[in-house]
Parts: sequence; structure tokens; C-alpha cells
Amino acid sequence: MTDIKRPIYLDYAATCPVDPRVLEAMLPYFGDRFGNAASRTHVFGWQAEEAVEAARREIATSLNADPKEITFTSGATESNNLAIKGVVEYLAEAGKKHIVTAVTEHKAVLDTCKHLERHGCEVTYLPVAQDGRVTPEQVAAAIRPDTALVSLMIANNETGVLHPITEIGAACRAAGVLFHTDAVQAFGKIPVDVEAMNIDLASLSAHKLYGPKGVGALYIRRRKPRVRLAPQIHGGGHERGTRSGTLNVPGIVGFGYAAKLAREELASESARVFELREHLRRRLVTEIPHAIVNGSLEHRLPGTLNISFAYVEGESLLMGLKDIAVSSGSACTSASLEPSYVLRAMGLDDELAHSSLRITIGRFTTREELDFVADLIQREVARLRDMSPLWEMVQEGIDLRTIEWTPH
Amino acid sequence: MAYSNKVIDHYEHPRNVGSLDKGDQSVGTGIVGAPACGDVMKLQIKVENGVITDAKFKTYGCGSAIASSSLVTEWVKGMSVDQAMQIKNSQIAEELSLPPVKIHCSVLAEDAIKAAIRDFQQKQGAAPAAEGEPQH
Repeated sequence: MTDIKRPIYLDYAATCPVDPRVLEAMLPYFGDRFGNAASRTHVFGWQAEEAVEAARREIATSLNADPKEITFTSGATESNNLAIKGVVEYLAEAGKKHIVTAVTEHKAVLDTCKHLERHGCEVTYLPVAQDGRVTPEQVAAAIRPDTALVSLMIANNETGVLHPITEIGAACRAAGVLFHTDAVQAFGKIPVDVEAMNIDLASLSAHKLYGPKGVGALYIRRRKPRVRLAPQIHGGGHERGTRSGTLNVPGIVGFGYAAKLAREELASESARVFELREHLRRRLVTEIPHAIVNGSLEHRLPGTLNISFAYVEGESLLMGLKDIAVSSGSACTSASLEPSYVLRAMGLDDELAHSSLRITIGRFTTREELDFVADLIQREVARLRDMSPLWEMVQEGIDLRTIEWTPH
Repeated sequence: MAYSNKVIDHYEHPRNVGSLDKGDQSVGTGIVGAPACGDVMKLQIKVENGVITDAKFKTYGCGSAIASSSLVTEWVKGMSVDQAMQIKNSQIAEELSLPPVKIHCSVLAEDAIKAAIRDFQQKQGAAPAAEGEPQH
């Protein structure tokens, strides 16, 4: 126990440490190989371009795509913006200005859609079921003659819940509507195959798979159908004119290497991470009463656990878990003072949303760490329940819903 | 978010956690807040000869909410009911160095003590009418 290094990092869905092997691959491109990939007149540029193209091939291979279909960006927020704004801008001339998405999407998608609504687009925000998923039937029913794009994530960032993406992709293909997916959480954790899943555009981020921050990519299908989009950043015509700006060569090299490692180790790593998560989940739900896993357990990323400890407020629990790094759906942890919109969309009581923790397990997590964490959570939940008036009322047999509260 | 040392101290070593007998005529109970908002405070005072001789709290809420209620129970012990009525949320916020986003926690603590005092006073007002009933 004593040799566990603390704090313990269990927030891999937020970001990952750069894998030392990735860092090693990147280092030369901060040093001798510092060239601009757009320099065509000397060896520095050629070296850089060669490294970028190798990375592009790795990412394409991981997606079952062609390297020409990969456009590098600054990260997934930019990729989501480029995909949605770019497609809608291009198709607006054809009178297509309707988007289908879901209420639980990442803010990079939702806020982009809201922006487009202010500029004359119409957006359908699909509700999710209690398990956090949308159905292909919902998607098919929402598609209209003027629908430009469907945008639905593979895996949710807060819950790890997976939409039936293959079937949703098929529904879009059948309706002749482009399908964009925010694949950030899924890429490198579960197989993502743009052919099998009928994906036309996919947003990716390097730092969620042990690569560096500040680099991402957008997969843009070139054949059957060929996706056209309007660039959102103009300049020197880099990336075939889709996204101008000098390429982040060291970042892209790291991204490519991280994608290669994730692909090669996916089967063994996801099995290991899943086993660890299940160990933690089993301990928490059996040792702590009223511990509730949020979202589908069956359709879920291997390493993500979103769990509520009823009658304990999330931020106070985080404060007691100062030796571990996790995140919470509690209002108090965000600037907005609103509890998680994802959990609320799944029909969770505000109280349970306030009581939620997101624990994400990754490449460097050990079973010893998780045993330490389970012990600590159990102790802190018990301590906080001892000082929780809600817990006291429940012990006395009072139904909290019958009480007239004084919202403030 | 960084917490002040005083908030951390109250969170880790909360004073006066617990419950008093809410049926006791000398006990006033205030419950404020709502689970949906992420904080509920229960604050109880025991009043003898106009002086608060004991105070207990239970709080569901963030660390600042726990600290605010813990601090108030410390303060009110030994105060007269009138003095306790004068406690302002700004004093609580200042003592705990609460950031602006946490001011509502101190407001809730002020509401809780006032609610407890009102409950106690109502019991006193109701007491004569209940004179014929057996005390327990």
C-alpha cells in the first residue's frame, strides 16, 4: 500500500499522460528535424513532410481509411467545428440546413450547433434513454429532406456509454445523409472502422490516447460518398486546402505513434482495463449501499465508470478523495452551478447527478491503486453520510420526494 | 478549486455533527436547501433560559457548505437567541474566505440558523396551548 505513488490518476477521459515511447518518437522533431512540412525546397522540409505522412498512414490504418482522408487539426474541438460548420456551409447552397444530434453530445458539438442555429440552421436534439443511448430508429425518424448531417458520438465522455453506431451509420447511409461522429473517447479504446460503421466524418484527438495535447484530426470520406466541406481556417492551403496553418510536426508524429501503439495493443489493453474497471465497480457496488452505476453497463467503454453515491454530494466527496484525481457531475465542480447535463438527460434526479463521480482507468492504472481507491471511497462515503441529513432521513424511513424543499 | 485552510479544517474535522431530539421543546430545528440544488443543511439549537447551550448540524453539500454550517454551530453556542439572530452570511463568508461562487453556502447557513430559531420560537408560542398534554 505504502509504495503507491499519489495522487492516483483516474481521469483518463479528461486527458492521458504522454506514453514515454510516444515522447521519444516526438523528440527529434523538436531538435534536428525541426523543419516545416510545407517547405518543398530543402531536406528539413522533406523530413518533416515524410514524418507527417507516416503519421497520417498510421491513423488511417487504425480507422480502416485512406491516408488522404485524414486532415490534421489542433484537436477534436476544431475537428468537430470543421466537420459540422464545414459540411453545413457547403450544403447550405443546396438548401440543406438541418442537423440531427443528441442532447448528450460534447459541448464542442452542441455549441457549434447552437451557433449554426443563430445563423439559420435547424437542429434536432435527440433525447437519450435512461441507459444514455439513442436508437437508429430515432435517428431515421429525425432525418428530413433538408438534413445536411447527423452528428452523434461513438462513446460519451462522461459515462463511456456507446451508441449503436454501426446501425446509426447504416440508417444515415440508407437515407443518403452524411454521418459525422465524435470518436474522441472511442478511438484507441475500441475498434473504430469507418467502413464497417458507415462513418463519413470522424473527429479524433491525440491526447486521449497517450499522445500530446494540441493535435487532432478529422477523417473526411473521399469515396462513396465523397464528402465536401467548406474550410473554416483559411491561409496557405495546407492539408489540401481543408485546413490551413503550419502543421504541428512533433505533435503529429506523436499522434501517429500513439495511434500505432493503441492499435497494436488494443486487444490486450482493453481486456486489461476492462478487468480493472470491473474489479473496482464490483467492489464499489457491493461494499457501498446505494451506489448506482449511471448508463448502460453493457454498452460502455472498457475503462469508464460513472457512479453515484446517493445522499453524498459529489464535490464534498472529491474533497475527501484528495489523493485521487477523478471528476464529478456535481454542479459545484463546474462554473455553471448546474449538475451534469448528460446525467440529467438520462433522467437522473438532480440529487443523484450531484452525487456522481466519473472514474476512468487507463494504461498506467494498477489493481493496487484501485484497491486503495475503493477503500478510500468507501471510508469517505460513510463519513459524509454520517453528516448527511438526507441519509439520516432515509434511515428514518422518510421518502425524500415527499418533503417540501426550499430551492435557492 | 482551492479551498481556504479554514474550510479544509472544518471539512476534515467538522464540529458538532449530529442531531438533537427534534421533539424536545427546548430544541429548534432548521432544514434549508434542496437536494436538487446540491445542498441541504439541518441545524439544531438547544435553548435554555434564552441562551443557546448546544448546537448540532448535518449537511449534504460541498465542502464550503459543510464548513459554513460547522462554523455556525461553533459560533452560536453560548449566544443568546437575539445574538444568534444577528449572524450575517457575510461574516461566515469572511471567516472562511469563501470565493464568490461559494457565497450561497454562507447564505444557506444564515438561513439555517434563522430557521432553527424560528422553529424554537414557534414551539415556545405553542407551548402554553400544549400545557394540558403530558410531557415526554
